[in-house]
Amino acid sequence: MIPLGNYLLVSAVLFGIGTAGVFMRRNLITVLLSIEIMLNAVNLTFVAFGRQIGTVDGQIIVAFVMTVAAAEAAVGLALVVALFRHRESLNPDGFTSLRW
Amino acid sequence: MISPSFNAIVPMLCATAGALVVMLAESWRARGERMPLGVLGGIALSAAGIALALLWDQQASSFGVIVADNFGIFVSLVVVVAGLVSIAFSSQVLDRDGIPRGEYYALLLFAIVGMMMMATANDLLVVFIGLEVMSVAVYVLTGIRRDDPRGVEGAFKYFLLGAFASAFLLYGVAFTFGLTGTTRLDGIGQFLAARSMSSSPMVLLAMGLLLVGFAFKISAVPFHMWTPDAYEGAPAVVTGFMSTGVKAAAFAAFTRVFLSAFEPFSADWAPLVWYLAIATMVLGTVVGVAQHNLKRMLAYSSIAHGGYLLVGLVAANQVGKEAILFYLAAYAVTNLAAFGAIALLGTADRANDTLQDYRGLWQSRPMVAGVLTVALLSLGGLPPTAGFIGKWYIFSAAVSAGYYGLAIAGVLTSVISVFFYLRVVVMMYMTEPAGTIAPPVVSRAALATLAVTAAIILYLGVLPTALLDLAAASIDTIF
Repeated sequence: MIPLGNYLLVSAVLFGIGTAGVFMRRNLITVLLSIEIMLNAVNLTFVAFGRQIGTVDGQIIVAFVMTVAAAEAAVGLALVVALFRHRESLNPDGFTSLRW
Repeated sequence: MISPSFNAIVPMLCATAGALVVMLAESWRARGERMPLGVLGGIALSAAGIALALLWDQQASSFGVIVADNFGIFVSLVVVVAGLVSIAFSSQVLDRDGIPRGEYYALLLFAIVGMMMMATANDLLVVFIGLEVMSVAVYVLTGIRRDDPRGVEGAFKYFLLGAFASAFLLYGVAFTFGLTGTTRLDGIGQFLAARSMSSSPMVLLAMGLLLVGFAFKISAVPFHMWTPDAYEGAPAVVTGFMSTGVKAAAFAAFTRVFLSAFEPFSADWAPLVWYLAIATMVLGTVVGVAQHNLKRMLAYSSIAHGGYLLVGLVAANQVGKEAILFYLAAYAVTNLAAFGAIALLGTADRANDTLQDYRGLWQSRPMVAGVLTVALLSLGGLPPTAGFIGKWYIFSAAVSAGYYGLAIAGVLTSVISVFFYLRVVVMMYMTEPAGTIAPPVVSRAALATLAVTAAIILYLGVLPTALLDLAAASIDTIF
């Protein structure tokens, strides 16, 4: 059996990749994808811990998290579309009408 | 016969039912037909408020994950009142700005459901779900004027950082779950107290991630970047709602998680929150001084007020916990009055929210100017207003817990903040009106609501005992 630590390491790496993507990517769709990667890294952590503890709680929590992530993605994409109509661009560096 | 285990969620069911009815009514509405959707929302919220009042002192619990103790009920009532006041301001604003009524009221009610869920949650997963129910609705409310580029941009920034923070919070929940084998707050508290582990790295990681997640939601520095943009971009009436409701709900969950489940480790998290509190108070005040847009200035002011609330959380003694609740209520009424006044002064083509727009307001609209003055004085913490009493209790809690540095920083930043609040007051009373803008028409209902909020601010400033007693009764039950 693969030890718990390996799962946690993979999910930590995924979480790190997602975090870096949010800060470094210059395309809003990719930024949204990065947030999804972060949430899925958390899901992996939940399943791994649930398996370790020996309850199904971890997997049940993942079902909730996936539902919430889907709702968030829907709102996020809708906002991207609304923003694109005003800006004709997906580069977040251009969004500076609100500053300081 | 309905099982009594549903009792604790009845207030949420009332608000949810209201939101669903509003959505259905909107979808069956004939083109051009007007429906009293605001009244409908008001009825649903009043029902929720009555249900909350009936649950007082009952210690109702639903399925172990929702606990309607007095603390949760107190915060839920603050949120419900914030919703009712927002609805009273909304009617006029929605017509003027062309905001879709059905969507607006439904989202407002769903956001309130999420807030009540956060305030009464006894399980980290339910805290997370409540947070998301609230946040998703508020993201949309922020950008509900799709024709306004600033609104959409503010909403997107809010969404991006909010979703990012939620992932951190959830990662913290995952580690807590892995560590203790449960997500129930009481279970976590018992586990941690029994083991009395001397801060293993895992506990610190879990607490740190949760702290980051909550700090984003209460807009503590350095996690405040979204706040000014979202507050400025949103319609003023939405800003008033989210600066009070979101903050109250997030603070309730923050307080409950850290003062009940993670209480055994307060020696580890209290210093971190100490730094957050100082940074939040100082930055919110200093940057607030430089603002020329009233909404943006009040956004920084609301960041600073988050810092004062954190002071109460660090102090964590009896007075401090009471002070947090009193301050939340006082701050909610005050901010609702201020943003309500700003919302009512806008016109269809212009928001009228820069400082220059308030020149000579006393001459054109004395009533609105008077209420805005009371609200600004209360935000500045001058007697005899609710804000003064709130700050007094927060700082006395810090002093009695031995945190003199926090109390001094708090008093100093309050003094500086009075400068930018009074600047608006001077602008309203002592300068001549610019004369270019016709003063907008303000409806009677909105004026009456403004008058009521101003009366509450003054009442709480003169006779705070009733609310303080309620706050004291609220925390007796949990901590």
